[in-house]
Amino acid sequence: MSAVRFELSGISMRYGAAEVLHQVNLSFDQPEMVALTGPNGAGKSTLLGIMSGLRQASSGRCLLNGTELSRWNRRDFATLVSVVPQSLKIDFPFTAEQVVLMGRTPYAGGLFENEQDWTAVRRAMELTDTLDFAQRDFRALSGGERQRVVLASALAQEPQALLLDEPTTFLDLKHQLSIYSLLRDLSRAGLLVVAVTHDLNLAASYSDRVIVLQRGRVVADSEPCAALTPERILAVFGVETTWLRSPAGNSWIAYGH
Amino acid sequence: MGTNQVTAGRAFRVLVFSVAVMAAVAVLTPLAGPARVDLAKAFKGVWPDAQVYFDVRWPRTLLALLTGGGLAIAGVLFQAVLRDPLATPYTLGISSGASLGAVVAIVTGFHTFGGLPALWFAAFAGSAATLALVLGVAAEGKRVSSFTLLLSGITINGIVMSVIMLLHNLASVQQSFAIVHWLMGNIDPVGKPTLAALAAIVLPISFWLCLRARHWNLIAVGEEWAAARGASPRRLLLEGYIAGSALTAALTAITGPIGFVGLVVPHALRLKLGGDHRLLMPASFFIGAAFLVLCDTVARSVMPVELPVSVITALAGGPFFIMLLRSRRKSLWL
Repeated sequence: MSAVRFELSGISMRYGAAEVLHQVNLSFDQPEMVALTGPNGAGKSTLLGIMSGLRQASSGRCLLNGTELSRWNRRDFATLVSVVPQSLKIDFPFTAEQVVLMGRTPYAGGLFENEQDWTAVRRAMELTDTLDFAQRDFRALSGGERQRVVLASALAQEPQALLLDEPTTFLDLKHQLSIYSLLRDLSRAGLLVVAVTHDLNLAASYSDRVIVLQRGRVVADSEPCAALTPERILAVFGVETTWLRSPAGNSWIAYGH
Repeated sequence: MGTNQVTAGRAFRVLVFSVAVMAAVAVLTPLAGPARVDLAKAFKGVWPDAQVYFDVRWPRTLLALLTGGGLAIAGVLFQAVLRDPLATPYTLGISSGASLGAVVAIVTGFHTFGGLPALWFAAFAGSAATLALVLGVAAEGKRVSSFTLLLSGITINGIVMSVIMLLHNLASVQQSFAIVHWLMGNIDPVGKPTLAALAAIVLPISFWLCLRARHWNLIAVGEEWAAARGASPRRLLLEGYIAGSALTAALTAITGPIGFVGLVVPHALRLKLGGDHRLLMPASFFIGAAFLVLCDTVARSVMPVELPVSVITALAGGPFFIMLLRSRRKSLWL
Protein backbone atom coordinates (compact mmCIF):
# COMPACT_ATOMS: atom_id res chain seq x y z
CA MET A 1 0.00 0.00 0.00
CA SER A 2 1.60 3.22 -1.11
CA ALA A 3 1.59 6.04 1.40
CA VAL A 4 -0.27 9.17 0.47
CA ARG A 5 1.54 12.48 0.31
CA PHE A 6 -0.05 15.82 -0.60
CA GLU A 7 2.21 18.70 -1.60
CA LEU A 8 0.71 22.13 -2.14
CA SER A 9 2.98 24.85 -3.40
CA GLY A 10 2.07 28.44 -4.14
CA ILE A 11 -1.68 27.71 -4.22
CA SER A 12 -3.73 30.83 -4.90
CA MET A 13 -7.41 31.02 -5.65
CA ARG A 14 -9.40 33.96 -6.93
CA TYR A 15 -13.16 34.22 -7.42
CA GLY A 16 -13.40 37.28 -9.64
CA ALA A 17 -11.63 40.08 -7.80
CA ALA A 18 -11.68 38.36 -4.42
CA GLU A 19 -8.57 36.41 -3.51
CA VAL A 20 -9.60 33.51 -1.32
CA LEU A 21 -6.23 31.78 -1.02
CA HIS A 22 -2.83 33.41 -1.31
CA GLN A 23 0.38 31.49 -1.90
CA VAL A 24 -0.41 28.53 0.31
CA ASN A 25 2.43 26.05 0.81
CA LEU A 26 1.62 22.91 2.77
CA SER A 27 2.35 19.24 2.78
CA PHE A 28 0.47 16.35 4.34
CA ASP A 29 1.83 12.90 5.04
CA GLN A 30 0.18 9.70 6.06
CA PRO A 31 -0.65 9.00 8.89
CA GLU A 32 -1.70 12.21 10.51
CA MET A 33 -4.76 13.91 11.96
CA VAL A 34 -4.88 17.51 10.80
CA ALA A 35 -7.40 20.19 11.75
CA LEU A 36 -7.82 23.05 9.31
CA THR A 37 -9.35 26.03 11.04
CA GLY A 38 -9.90 29.76 10.71
CA PRO A 39 -12.76 32.27 10.67
CA ASN A 40 -15.51 32.32 8.02
CA GLY A 41 -14.17 33.16 4.60
CA ALA A 42 -10.58 32.24 5.48
CA GLY A 43 -10.45 29.79 2.56
CA LYS A 44 -10.62 26.51 4.49
CA SER A 45 -13.30 24.85 2.39
CA THR A 46 -11.74 26.15 -0.81
CA LEU A 47 -8.41 24.63 0.16
CA LEU A 48 -10.10 21.33 0.93
CA GLY A 49 -11.97 21.52 -2.37
CA ILE A 50 -8.67 21.93 -4.22
CA MET A 51 -7.17 18.95 -2.40
CA SER A 52 -10.27 16.89 -3.24
CA GLY A 53 -9.84 17.67 -6.91
CA LEU A 54 -13.29 19.31 -6.99
CA ARG A 55 -11.87 22.79 -7.60
CA GLN A 56 -8.96 23.95 -9.65
CA ALA A 57 -6.62 26.51 -8.07
CA SER A 58 -6.07 29.75 -10.01
CA SER A 59 -2.33 29.22 -9.68
CA GLY A 60 0.08 26.94 -7.89
CA ARG A 61 0.50 23.21 -7.82
CA CYS A 62 -1.31 20.55 -5.82
CA LEU A 63 0.42 17.19 -6.05
CA LEU A 64 -0.66 13.81 -4.77
CA ASN A 65 2.27 11.42 -4.60
CA GLY A 66 4.20 13.65 -6.97
CA THR A 67 1.51 13.88 -9.66
CA GLU A 68 -0.59 16.96 -10.34
CA LEU A 69 -4.21 16.32 -9.27
CA SER A 70 -5.62 17.26 -12.67
CA ARG A 71 -3.52 14.49 -14.22
CA TRP A 72 -4.83 11.79 -11.91
CA ASN A 73 -7.32 9.31 -13.28
CA ARG A 74 -10.45 10.15 -11.28
CA ARG A 75 -11.14 6.56 -10.34
CA ASP A 76 -7.61 5.86 -9.14
CA PHE A 77 -7.70 9.09 -7.18
CA ALA A 78 -10.99 8.06 -5.54
CA THR A 79 -9.47 4.80 -4.30
CA LEU A 80 -6.84 6.82 -2.39
CA VAL A 81 -8.70 9.94 -1.32
CA SER A 82 -12.30 10.26 -0.20
CA VAL A 83 -14.27 13.36 0.65
CA VAL A 84 -16.97 14.05 3.22
CA PRO A 85 -19.12 17.11 2.46
CA GLN A 86 -20.62 19.33 5.14
CA SER A 87 -24.05 17.90 4.56
CA LEU A 88 -25.83 15.96 1.88
CA LYS A 89 -29.31 16.45 0.53
CA ILE A 90 -30.84 13.72 -1.62
CA ASP A 91 -34.05 14.05 -3.62
CA PHE A 92 -34.60 10.36 -4.28
CA PRO A 93 -35.50 7.36 -2.12
CA PHE A 94 -32.09 5.80 -1.51
CA THR A 95 -31.64 3.77 1.66
CA ALA A 96 -28.75 4.54 4.03
CA GLU A 97 -27.05 1.36 2.89
CA GLN A 98 -27.41 2.32 -0.77
CA VAL A 99 -25.72 5.64 -0.04
CA VAL A 100 -22.85 3.80 1.64
CA LEU A 101 -22.66 1.37 -1.28
CA MET A 102 -22.04 4.25 -3.66
CA GLY A 103 -18.64 4.55 -2.01
CA ARG A 104 -17.72 1.34 -3.80
CA THR A 105 -18.22 2.79 -7.28
CA PRO A 106 -14.48 3.47 -7.85
CA TYR A 107 -13.89 -0.28 -7.49
CA ALA A 108 -16.85 -1.29 -9.64
CA GLY A 109 -16.05 -4.17 -11.92
CA GLY A 110 -19.63 -4.81 -12.95
CA LEU A 111 -23.20 -3.76 -12.49
CA PHE A 112 -23.47 -5.26 -8.99
CA GLU A 113 -21.37 -5.28 -5.84
CA ASN A 114 -19.26 -8.33 -5.05
CA GLU A 115 -18.56 -9.93 -1.67
CA GLN A 116 -15.58 -7.68 -1.06
CA ASP A 117 -17.76 -4.58 -1.60
CA TRP A 118 -20.35 -5.79 0.88
CA THR A 119 -17.65 -6.54 3.46
CA ALA A 120 -16.25 -3.03 3.14
CA VAL A 121 -19.74 -1.56 3.45
CA ARG A 122 -20.59 -3.58 6.55
CA ARG A 123 -17.30 -2.62 8.16
CA ALA A 124 -17.79 1.07 7.40
CA MET A 125 -21.30 0.96 8.81
CA GLU A 126 -20.11 -0.80 11.96
CA LEU A 127 -17.43 1.84 12.53
CA THR A 128 -19.90 4.70 12.13
CA ASP A 129 -22.63 2.96 14.13
CA THR A 130 -25.12 3.16 11.26
CA LEU A 131 -26.14 -0.50 10.84
CA ASP A 132 -29.34 0.00 12.84
CA PHE A 133 -30.88 2.16 10.17
CA ALA A 134 -29.20 0.62 7.11
CA GLN A 135 -32.51 -0.04 5.38
CA ARG A 136 -34.17 3.28 6.18
CA ASP A 137 -34.70 6.05 3.65
CA PHE A 138 -31.75 8.44 3.87
CA ARG A 139 -34.11 11.42 3.82
CA ALA A 140 -35.96 10.17 6.89
CA LEU A 141 -32.80 10.15 9.03
CA SER A 142 -31.81 12.87 11.47
CA GLY A 143 -28.99 15.26 10.54
CA GLY A 144 -26.56 13.38 12.73
CA GLU A 145 -27.51 10.00 11.32
CA ARG A 146 -27.18 11.29 7.78
CA GLN A 147 -23.73 12.66 8.43
CA ARG A 148 -22.58 9.33 9.84
CA VAL A 149 -23.96 7.58 6.77
CA VAL A 150 -22.02 9.99 4.54
CA LEU A 151 -18.88 9.28 6.56
CA ALA A 152 -19.57 5.54 6.22
CA SER A 153 -19.81 5.98 2.45
CA ALA A 154 -16.42 7.71 2.42
CA LEU A 155 -14.93 4.92 4.56
CA ALA A 156 -16.42 2.23 2.30
CA GLN A 157 -14.22 3.76 -0.37
CA GLU A 158 -11.30 2.37 1.69
CA PRO A 159 -9.19 5.49 1.16
CA GLN A 160 -5.73 6.31 2.41
CA ALA A 161 -6.72 9.92 2.97
CA LEU A 162 -10.01 11.30 4.26
CA LEU A 163 -10.86 14.96 3.64
CA LEU A 164 -13.76 16.34 5.68
CA ASP A 165 -15.49 19.71 5.38
CA GLU A 166 -16.91 20.61 8.79
CA PRO A 167 -18.15 17.06 9.28
CA THR A 168 -19.78 17.62 12.66
CA THR A 169 -21.51 20.98 12.19
CA PHE A 170 -24.98 19.52 12.48
CA LEU A 171 -24.22 16.90 15.10
CA ASP A 172 -25.00 16.86 18.80
CA LEU A 173 -22.17 16.82 21.31
CA LYS A 174 -22.05 13.07 21.76
CA HIS A 175 -21.86 12.38 18.05
CA GLN A 176 -19.35 15.19 17.51
CA LEU A 177 -17.06 13.53 20.00
CA SER A 178 -17.67 10.03 18.70
CA ILE A 179 -16.96 11.10 15.12
CA TYR A 180 -13.75 12.85 16.14
CA SER A 181 -12.55 9.93 18.21
CA LEU A 182 -13.31 7.66 15.26
CA LEU A 183 -11.31 9.99 13.00
CA ARG A 184 -8.43 9.95 15.45
CA ASP A 185 -8.54 6.15 15.63
CA LEU A 186 -8.50 6.00 11.85
CA SER A 187 -5.44 8.23 11.73
CA ARG A 188 -3.77 6.06 14.38
CA ALA A 189 -4.56 3.10 12.18
CA GLY A 190 -2.68 4.75 9.33
CA LEU A 191 -4.99 7.20 7.55
CA LEU A 192 -4.31 10.80 6.67
CA VAL A 193 -7.28 12.75 8.03
CA VAL A 194 -7.74 16.43 7.18
CA ALA A 195 -10.80 18.02 8.75
CA VAL A 196 -12.02 21.57 8.35
CA THR A 197 -13.55 22.73 11.62
CA HIS A 198 -14.72 25.83 13.44
CA ASP A 199 -14.53 24.15 16.78
CA LEU A 200 -11.17 25.03 18.31
CA ASN A 201 -11.61 22.59 21.17
CA LEU A 202 -12.27 19.69 18.84
CA ALA A 203 -9.29 20.81 16.77
CA ALA A 204 -7.09 21.08 19.82
CA SER A 205 -8.04 17.87 21.56
CA TYR A 206 -8.17 15.41 18.69
CA SER A 207 -5.57 16.56 16.17
CA ASP A 208 -1.84 16.03 15.87
CA ARG A 209 -1.51 19.19 13.90
CA VAL A 210 -3.54 22.38 13.55
CA ILE A 211 -3.36 24.70 10.55
CA VAL A 212 -4.85 28.16 11.02
CA LEU A 213 -5.90 30.11 7.94
CA GLN A 214 -6.60 33.82 7.94
CA ARG A 215 -7.73 35.68 4.82
CA GLY A 216 -6.32 32.97 2.58
CA ARG A 217 -2.93 32.77 4.26
CA VAL A 218 -1.49 30.12 6.55
CA VAL A 219 -0.75 31.88 9.86
CA ALA A 220 0.00 28.83 11.98
CA ASP A 221 0.91 25.23 11.27
CA SER A 222 2.05 23.20 14.25
CA GLU A 223 0.92 21.01 17.14
CA PRO A 224 -2.35 22.27 18.71
CA CYS A 225 -1.01 24.11 21.79
CA ALA A 226 1.49 26.10 19.77
CA ALA A 227 -0.95 26.86 16.95
CA LEU A 228 -3.84 27.95 19.15
CA THR A 229 -2.24 30.33 21.63
CA PRO A 230 -4.60 32.89 23.18
CA GLU A 231 -2.68 35.67 21.35
CA ARG A 232 -3.18 34.00 17.98
CA ILE A 233 -6.84 33.22 18.63
CA LEU A 234 -7.38 36.87 19.51
CA ALA A 235 -5.56 38.03 16.39
CA VAL A 236 -7.30 35.63 14.01
CA PHE A 237 -10.77 35.13 15.48
CA GLY A 238 -11.04 38.35 17.52
CA VAL A 239 -12.02 36.43 20.65
CA GLU A 240 -10.46 36.51 24.12
CA THR A 241 -9.60 33.01 25.35
CA THR A 242 -7.72 31.18 28.07
CA TRP A 243 -6.41 27.66 28.21
CA LEU A 244 -7.84 25.86 31.22
CA ARG A 245 -6.70 22.59 32.71
CA SER A 246 -8.86 20.14 34.59
CA PRO A 247 -7.54 18.32 37.67
CA ALA A 248 -7.37 15.18 35.54
CA GLY A 249 -4.99 16.90 33.17
CA ASN A 250 -7.32 17.59 30.20
CA SER A 251 -6.92 21.06 28.81
CA TRP A 252 -9.44 23.08 26.86
CA ILE A 253 -9.94 26.54 25.48
CA ALA A 254 -12.40 28.72 27.37
CA TYR A 255 -13.97 31.67 25.55
CA GLY A 256 -14.24 35.12 27.13
CA HIS A 257 -12.38 36.37 30.20
CA MET B 1 -39.94 2.07 -0.11
CA GLY B 2 -37.13 -0.08 -1.33
CA THR B 3 -36.22 -1.86 1.85
CA ASN B 4 -34.59 -4.78 0.12
CA GLN B 5 -30.98 -4.72 -0.94
CA VAL B 6 -30.22 -4.37 -4.60
CA THR B 7 -28.56 -7.57 -5.69
CA ALA B 8 -28.18 -9.31 -9.02
CA GLY B 9 -30.85 -11.78 -7.90
CA ARG B 10 -33.37 -9.10 -7.06
CA ALA B 11 -32.64 -7.21 -10.27
CA PHE B 12 -33.25 -10.44 -12.19
CA ARG B 13 -36.60 -11.01 -10.46
CA VAL B 14 -37.68 -7.42 -11.16
CA LEU B 15 -36.59 -7.80 -14.78
CA VAL B 16 -38.47 -11.08 -15.27
CA PHE B 17 -41.60 -9.67 -13.67
CA SER B 18 -41.64 -6.49 -15.76
CA VAL B 19 -40.87 -8.33 -19.00
CA ALA B 20 -43.70 -10.75 -18.20
CA VAL B 21 -46.14 -7.88 -17.62
CA MET B 22 -45.08 -6.25 -20.86
CA ALA B 23 -45.31 -9.50 -22.83
CA ALA B 24 -48.77 -10.30 -21.50
CA VAL B 25 -50.03 -6.84 -22.36
CA ALA B 26 -48.42 -6.90 -25.79
CA VAL B 27 -49.82 -10.31 -26.70
CA LEU B 28 -53.35 -9.81 -25.36
CA THR B 29 -54.21 -6.20 -26.25
CA PRO B 30 -54.10 -6.68 -30.06
CA LEU B 31 -57.08 -8.96 -29.57
CA ALA B 32 -59.22 -5.94 -28.74
CA GLY B 33 -60.81 -4.13 -31.63
CA PRO B 34 -63.73 -4.17 -34.06
CA ALA B 35 -62.77 -7.42 -35.81
CA ARG B 36 -62.74 -10.49 -33.57
CA VAL B 37 -59.40 -12.26 -33.52
CA ASP B 38 -58.71 -15.73 -32.17
CA LEU B 39 -55.23 -15.84 -30.64
CA ALA B 40 -54.66 -19.52 -31.39
CA LYS B 41 -55.72 -19.08 -35.01
CA ALA B 42 -53.57 -15.99 -35.36
CA PHE B 43 -50.47 -17.86 -34.21
CA LYS B 44 -51.31 -20.76 -36.54
CA GLY B 45 -51.43 -18.28 -39.41
CA VAL B 46 -55.11 -18.74 -40.21
CA TRP B 47 -56.64 -16.03 -42.42
CA PRO B 48 -57.94 -13.45 -41.47
CA ASP B 49 -57.00 -13.70 -37.79
CA ALA B 50 -53.26 -13.78 -38.45
CA GLN B 51 -53.40 -10.84 -40.85
CA VAL B 52 -55.46 -8.67 -38.50
CA TYR B 53 -53.34 -9.62 -35.52
CA PHE B 54 -49.84 -9.43 -37.02
CA ASP B 55 -50.16 -7.00 -39.91
CA VAL B 56 -52.75 -4.54 -38.67
CA ARG B 57 -52.54 -4.46 -34.89
CA TRP B 58 -48.99 -5.58 -34.08
CA PRO B 59 -47.13 -2.70 -35.75
CA ARG B 60 -49.18 -0.31 -33.71
CA THR B 61 -48.49 -2.27 -30.53
CA LEU B 62 -44.78 -2.24 -31.31
CA LEU B 63 -44.77 1.53 -31.77
CA ALA B 64 -46.59 1.96 -28.46
CA LEU B 65 -44.12 -0.39 -26.74
CA LEU B 66 -41.09 1.49 -28.02
CA THR B 67 -42.62 4.87 -27.25
CA GLY B 68 -43.80 3.99 -23.75
CA GLY B 69 -40.54 2.29 -22.82
CA GLY B 70 -38.37 5.04 -24.28
CA LEU B 71 -40.34 7.86 -22.65
CA ALA B 72 -40.38 6.17 -19.25
CA ILE B 73 -36.64 5.47 -19.18
CA ALA B 74 -35.94 8.97 -20.50
CA GLY B 75 -38.06 10.29 -17.63
CA VAL B 76 -35.98 8.41 -15.08
CA LEU B 77 -32.82 9.70 -16.71
CA PHE B 78 -33.88 13.36 -16.81
CA GLN B 79 -35.05 13.18 -13.20
CA ALA B 80 -31.59 11.94 -12.22
CA VAL B 81 -29.43 14.31 -14.28
CA LEU B 82 -31.57 17.36 -13.48
CA ARG B 83 -31.83 16.17 -9.87
CA ASP B 84 -35.51 17.01 -9.98
CA PRO B 85 -38.13 14.34 -9.29
CA LEU B 86 -40.64 16.34 -11.33
CA ALA B 87 -38.54 16.49 -14.49
CA THR B 88 -39.96 14.78 -17.59
CA PRO B 89 -38.50 13.96 -21.00
CA TYR B 90 -40.08 17.24 -22.14
CA THR B 91 -38.69 19.52 -19.42
CA LEU B 92 -35.84 20.74 -21.61
CA GLY B 93 -38.20 21.81 -24.37
CA ILE B 94 -37.69 18.79 -26.61
CA SER B 95 -41.40 18.26 -27.24
CA SER B 96 -42.22 21.90 -27.89
CA GLY B 97 -39.27 22.03 -30.30
CA ALA B 98 -40.52 18.94 -32.08
CA SER B 99 -44.00 20.44 -32.19
CA LEU B 100 -42.70 23.65 -33.71
CA GLY B 101 -40.81 21.69 -36.37
CA ALA B 102 -43.91 19.65 -37.15
CA VAL B 103 -46.15 22.72 -37.29
CA VAL B 104 -43.73 24.46 -39.64
CA ALA B 105 -43.76 21.39 -41.89
CA ILE B 106 -47.57 21.33 -41.90
CA VAL B 107 -47.93 25.05 -42.56
CA THR B 108 -45.35 25.15 -45.33
CA GLY B 109 -46.87 22.06 -46.89
CA PHE B 110 -43.76 19.88 -47.11
CA HIS B 111 -45.08 16.37 -47.30
CA THR B 112 -42.29 13.96 -47.95
CA PHE B 113 -38.55 13.94 -47.64
CA GLY B 114 -36.61 10.98 -48.99
CA GLY B 115 -39.80 8.93 -49.14
CA LEU B 116 -40.65 9.52 -45.48
CA PRO B 117 -42.95 12.16 -44.00
CA ALA B 118 -41.09 15.49 -43.96
CA LEU B 119 -42.85 16.17 -40.68
CA TRP B 120 -40.65 13.65 -38.85
CA PHE B 121 -37.46 15.30 -39.98
CA ALA B 122 -38.80 18.74 -39.21
CA ALA B 123 -39.87 17.62 -35.74
CA PHE B 124 -36.49 16.04 -35.05
CA ALA B 125 -34.67 19.13 -36.30
CA GLY B 126 -36.97 21.31 -34.21
CA SER B 127 -36.19 19.44 -31.01
CA ALA B 128 -32.44 19.50 -31.72
CA ALA B 129 -32.55 23.25 -32.37
CA THR B 130 -34.61 23.96 -29.25
CA LEU B 131 -32.33 21.82 -27.11
CA ALA B 132 -29.27 23.65 -28.44
CA LEU B 133 -30.96 26.94 -27.64
CA VAL B 134 -31.83 25.82 -24.09
CA LEU B 135 -28.29 24.60 -23.47
CA GLY B 136 -26.83 27.77 -24.98
CA VAL B 137 -28.94 30.00 -22.76
CA ALA B 138 -28.13 27.99 -19.63
CA ALA B 139 -24.37 27.64 -20.23
CA GLU B 140 -22.05 29.72 -18.10
CA GLY B 141 -18.71 29.22 -19.76
CA LYS B 142 -18.06 25.48 -19.82
CA ARG B 143 -20.42 24.76 -16.93
CA VAL B 144 -24.14 24.15 -17.08
CA SER B 145 -25.97 24.07 -13.78
CA SER B 146 -28.98 21.78 -13.64
CA PHE B 147 -31.08 24.48 -12.04
CA THR B 148 -30.36 27.09 -14.73
CA LEU B 149 -31.01 24.44 -17.34
CA LEU B 150 -34.40 23.74 -15.79
CA LEU B 151 -35.33 27.43 -15.80
CA SER B 152 -34.09 27.95 -19.32
CA GLY B 153 -35.98 24.85 -20.49
CA ILE B 154 -39.25 26.03 -18.99
CA THR B 155 -38.86 29.55 -20.39
CA ILE B 156 -37.97 28.49 -23.92
CA ASN B 157 -40.75 25.93 -23.78
CA GLY B 158 -43.15 28.78 -23.16
CA ILE B 159 -41.74 30.92 -25.95
CA VAL B 160 -41.81 28.08 -28.48
CA MET B 161 -45.36 27.18 -27.54
CA SER B 162 -46.49 30.73 -28.22
CA VAL B 163 -44.81 30.64 -31.65
CA ILE B 164 -46.80 27.47 -32.30
CA MET B 165 -50.00 29.28 -31.30
CA LEU B 166 -49.10 32.08 -33.68
CA LEU B 167 -48.52 29.72 -36.62
CA HIS B 168 -51.69 27.85 -35.74
CA ASN B 169 -53.62 31.10 -35.87
CA LEU B 170 -52.29 31.85 -39.33
CA ALA B 171 -52.93 28.36 -40.68
CA SER B 172 -55.84 27.26 -42.87
CA VAL B 173 -58.63 25.16 -41.42
CA GLN B 174 -57.22 21.98 -42.91
CA GLN B 175 -53.74 22.72 -41.65
CA SER B 176 -55.20 23.67 -38.31
CA PHE B 177 -56.77 20.23 -38.00
CA ALA B 178 -53.46 18.55 -38.83
CA ILE B 179 -51.68 20.73 -36.27
CA VAL B 180 -54.09 19.92 -33.47
CA HIS B 181 -53.97 16.22 -34.34
CA TRP B 182 -50.19 16.25 -34.14
CA LEU B 183 -50.02 18.30 -30.94
CA MET B 184 -52.31 15.85 -29.19
CA GLY B 185 -49.92 12.97 -29.59
CA ASN B 186 -51.00 9.79 -31.32
CA ILE B 187 -49.88 6.25 -31.86
CA ASP B 188 -50.61 6.27 -35.59
CA PRO B 189 -49.63 3.08 -37.37
CA VAL B 190 -46.27 3.35 -39.14
CA GLY B 191 -44.46 1.12 -41.60
CA LYS B 192 -41.97 -1.59 -40.72
CA PRO B 193 -38.86 0.36 -41.85
CA THR B 194 -39.86 3.23 -39.56
CA LEU B 195 -40.39 0.85 -36.66
CA ALA B 196 -37.03 -0.75 -37.33
CA ALA B 197 -35.29 2.64 -37.44
CA LEU B 198 -36.96 3.70 -34.22
CA ALA B 199 -36.03 0.43 -32.51
CA ALA B 200 -32.45 0.91 -33.67
CA ILE B 201 -32.37 4.20 -31.75
CA VAL B 202 -34.47 3.34 -28.68
CA LEU B 203 -33.23 -0.16 -27.80
CA PRO B 204 -29.44 0.43 -27.80
CA ILE B 205 -29.75 3.72 -25.91
CA SER B 206 -32.03 2.19 -23.30
CA PHE B 207 -29.75 -0.82 -22.88
CA TRP B 208 -26.73 1.43 -22.52
CA LEU B 209 -28.55 3.57 -19.94
CA CYS B 210 -29.22 0.46 -17.84
CA LEU B 211 -25.57 -0.57 -18.01
CA ARG B 212 -24.56 2.88 -16.70
CA ALA B 213 -27.08 2.70 -13.84
CA ARG B 214 -24.52 2.97 -11.01
CA HIS B 215 -23.36 6.27 -12.42
CA TRP B 216 -26.90 7.62 -12.64
CA ASN B 217 -27.19 6.78 -8.93
CA LEU B 218 -24.17 8.99 -8.25
CA ILE B 219 -25.33 11.90 -10.38
CA ALA B 220 -28.82 11.72 -8.86
CA VAL B 221 -27.20 12.49 -5.50
CA GLY B 222 -25.01 15.31 -6.75
CA GLU B 223 -22.18 16.42 -9.01
CA GLU B 224 -19.57 16.68 -6.26
CA TRP B 225 -20.73 13.39 -4.83
CA ALA B 226 -20.15 11.76 -8.22
CA ALA B 227 -16.78 13.49 -8.63
CA ALA B 228 -15.60 12.32 -5.20
CA ARG B 229 -16.44 8.76 -6.20
CA GLY B 230 -14.31 8.74 -9.26
CA ALA B 231 -16.86 9.71 -11.91
CA SER B 232 -16.64 12.74 -14.16
CA PRO B 233 -19.88 14.63 -13.54
CA ARG B 234 -19.53 16.90 -16.56
CA ARG B 235 -19.17 13.93 -18.87
CA LEU B 236 -21.98 12.03 -17.18
CA LEU B 237 -24.35 14.97 -17.49
CA LEU B 238 -23.44 15.49 -21.12
CA GLU B 239 -23.97 11.79 -21.88
CA GLY B 240 -27.29 11.92 -20.06
CA TYR B 241 -28.55 14.99 -21.91
CA ILE B 242 -27.53 13.59 -25.28
CA ALA B 243 -28.92 10.09 -24.74
CA GLY B 244 -32.18 11.33 -23.20
CA SER B 245 -32.69 13.95 -25.88
CA ALA B 246 -31.99 11.55 -28.75
CA LEU B 247 -34.53 9.12 -27.31
CA THR B 248 -37.18 11.75 -26.74
CA ALA B 249 -36.65 13.57 -30.02
CA ALA B 250 -36.85 10.39 -32.11
CA LEU B 251 -40.02 9.23 -30.38
CA THR B 252 -41.71 12.62 -30.32
CA ALA B 253 -40.98 13.21 -33.99
CA ILE B 254 -43.15 10.22 -34.86
CA THR B 255 -45.88 10.22 -32.20
CA GLY B 256 -46.09 13.83 -31.09
CA PRO B 257 -45.94 14.72 -27.42
CA ILE B 258 -47.42 12.07 -25.09
CA GLY B 259 -47.44 13.30 -21.52
CA PHE B 260 -47.33 11.60 -18.13
CA VAL B 261 -45.62 8.35 -19.20
CA GLY B 262 -42.19 9.75 -18.27
CA LEU B 263 -43.47 11.05 -14.95
CA VAL B 264 -45.99 8.56 -13.59
CA VAL B 265 -44.23 5.31 -14.45
CA PRO B 266 -40.86 6.24 -12.83
CA HIS B 267 -42.57 7.56 -9.71
CA ALA B 268 -44.83 4.57 -9.23
CA LEU B 269 -41.84 2.26 -9.62
CA ARG B 270 -39.63 4.34 -7.32
CA LEU B 271 -42.27 3.86 -4.67
CA LYS B 272 -42.01 0.09 -5.08
CA LEU B 273 -38.33 -0.37 -5.86
CA GLY B 274 -36.52 2.55 -4.24
CA GLY B 275 -34.11 4.92 -5.92
CA ASP B 276 -31.50 2.55 -7.37
CA HIS B 277 -31.34 2.99 -11.13
CA ARG B 278 -30.21 -0.58 -11.65
CA LEU B 279 -33.78 -1.64 -10.87
CA LEU B 280 -35.57 1.53 -11.81
CA MET B 281 -34.33 1.89 -15.39
CA PRO B 282 -35.08 -1.55 -16.80
CA ALA B 283 -38.37 -1.78 -14.89
CA SER B 284 -39.42 1.66 -16.14
CA PHE B 285 -38.70 0.66 -19.71
CA PHE B 286 -40.85 -2.49 -19.67
CA ILE B 287 -43.65 -1.19 -17.44
CA GLY B 288 -43.70 2.09 -19.37
CA ALA B 289 -44.06 0.09 -22.57
CA ALA B 290 -46.94 -1.92 -21.10
CA PHE B 291 -48.60 1.25 -19.77
CA LEU B 292 -48.66 2.98 -23.13
CA VAL B 293 -49.93 -0.10 -24.96
CA LEU B 294 -52.79 -0.33 -22.46
CA CYS B 295 -53.57 3.37 -22.85
CA ASP B 296 -53.48 3.05 -26.62
CA THR B 297 -55.80 0.04 -26.51
CA VAL B 298 -58.26 2.09 -24.49
CA ALA B 299 -57.82 5.04 -26.86
CA ARG B 300 -58.72 2.99 -29.90
CA SER B 301 -61.52 0.89 -28.45
CA VAL B 302 -63.69 2.73 -25.90
CA MET B 303 -65.37 5.07 -28.34
CA PRO B 304 -66.58 4.64 -31.92
CA VAL B 305 -63.97 7.26 -32.89
CA GLU B 306 -60.35 6.86 -31.98
CA LEU B 307 -59.14 9.10 -29.13
CA PRO B 308 -55.66 10.60 -28.97
CA VAL B 309 -53.56 8.39 -26.69
CA SER B 310 -52.20 11.42 -24.82
CA VAL B 311 -55.73 12.11 -23.59
CA ILE B 312 -55.82 8.64 -22.05
CA THR B 313 -52.33 8.85 -20.52
CA ALA B 314 -53.30 12.15 -18.93
CA LEU B 315 -56.70 10.95 -17.74
CA ALA B 316 -55.20 7.77 -16.31
CA GLY B 317 -51.84 9.18 -15.25
CA GLY B 318 -52.93 12.53 -13.84
CA PRO B 319 -55.23 11.30 -11.08
CA PHE B 320 -52.80 8.49 -10.31
CA PHE B 321 -50.00 11.01 -9.92
CA ILE B 322 -52.14 13.13 -7.61
CA MET B 323 -52.79 10.02 -5.54
CA LEU B 324 -49.05 9.46 -5.28
CA LEU B 325 -48.54 13.10 -4.30
CA ARG B 326 -51.16 12.83 -1.58
CA SER B 327 -49.55 9.74 -0.10
CA ARG B 328 -46.03 11.12 -0.15
CA ARG B 329 -46.39 12.72 3.27
CA LYS B 330 -46.53 9.28 4.80
CA SER B 331 -44.15 7.46 2.56
CA LEU B 332 -41.55 10.20 1.93
CA TRP B 333 -41.42 9.23 -1.69
CA LEU B 334 -40.66 12.59 -3.26
